[in-house]
Amino acid sequence: MTTPGRLPDPYGRDSGGANLADILERVLDKGVVIAGDIRINLLDIELLTIKLRLIVASVDKAKEMGIDWWEDDPALSSGARRKELARENAELRERIAQLDPGRDRQEKEA
Amino acid sequence: MTGLRYVYAVCRPFGTPLQAELTGVAGDPPRLLTHHGLVAVVSHVPERDFAEEPLRSRLEDLDWLTATARAHQGVIDALTVVTTPLPLRLATVFRDDSGVRTMLQAREADFRRTLDRLEGRVEWGVKLYADERPADAGTAADKPASGRDYLRQRRTSVRAREDQWQRAEEFATRLHETLSAVAEDARLHPPQNATLSGAAGRNVLNAAYLVPRSRSEEFVELVDRTKDETTDFRVELTGPWAAYSFAGEKP
Repeated sequence: MTTPGRLPDPYGRDSGGANLADILERVLDKGVVIAGDIRINLLDIELLTIKLRLIVASVDKAKEMGIDWWEDDPALSSGARRKELARENAELRERIAQLDPGRDRQEKEA
Repeated sequence: MTGLRYVYAVCRPFGTPLQAELTGVAGDPPRLLTHHGLVAVVSHVPERDFAEEPLRSRLEDLDWLTATARAHQGVIDALTVVTTPLPLRLATVFRDDSGVRTMLQAREADFRRTLDRLEGRVEWGVKLYADERPADAGTAADKPASGRDYLRQRRTSVRAREDQWQRAEEFATRLHETLSAVAEDARLHPPQNATLSGAAGRNVLNAAYLVPRSRSEEFVELVDRTKDETTDFRVELTGPWAAYSFAGEKP
């Protein structure tokens, strides 16, 4: 059993939650990757994270577009474009790896 | 309630009950599923959102994604108060309890090893922001008297900006070294997108530090002191988080 020690009060989360980028960064991109029974393609999640991090022009625009918020992106608009998606993902992954060597670890786990 | 099983985290059994009013991603209270001395924190989620097909489109709905991510994080936060959870990635979903048990059993050794490594530790996030505005915004607004004047002003402004980035980088490096010395482990994450974070200024450092609970107060004080060292840059502290950035196996 764990007996947690005393912790300082939470920082940066007093007014209704941490900023969205902080939360998404962790829940989408960090944490343990386990393939559940519901297989969401890991590429989808990774690409989503990368898009959120690097490419998304603005949240307002994304909201305007509703669930098709990047429908106009050929790499994402159709499941038939897996290959293109995989290629783009590999490229982005390489760029991210250059920025953040620690990420390699997660790629291997996935 | 039937439906699918959404797993938030794996941890060791803990004595303290979770807050009674805690709800998970689909409004269902998380419950504990114990197997071989490991606990999976699970709630029931409807197939209409979490089966394969709907989930894919749901994930692209920014409002849904935001609500789900916040609910996921809410459960992890509640767990972090009472134990050291191993947080799983968003949307780890199984058909039923027996699927969750099978997973616990298959990954048992990994989980135990990682839980041992993280026991009693939390993650603190530290970000450094530099103002986007050039340092000489005041003078740049003056109307140049001649072409030569214009070029001179422009040169000064470019130089001021370069200076500022260089100082930001130096400050970030020093800050990271200072904090790494107190932390057990550290990760550098890519800078955050300002549109998503809503933060002012350019994010020049985005780091995570693994710190024992017992040293957390000291760590927070150290960050507070560095905040006082600078007026040019903004240091932002978030946490305590579950050890998300350190939950994967070491390379």
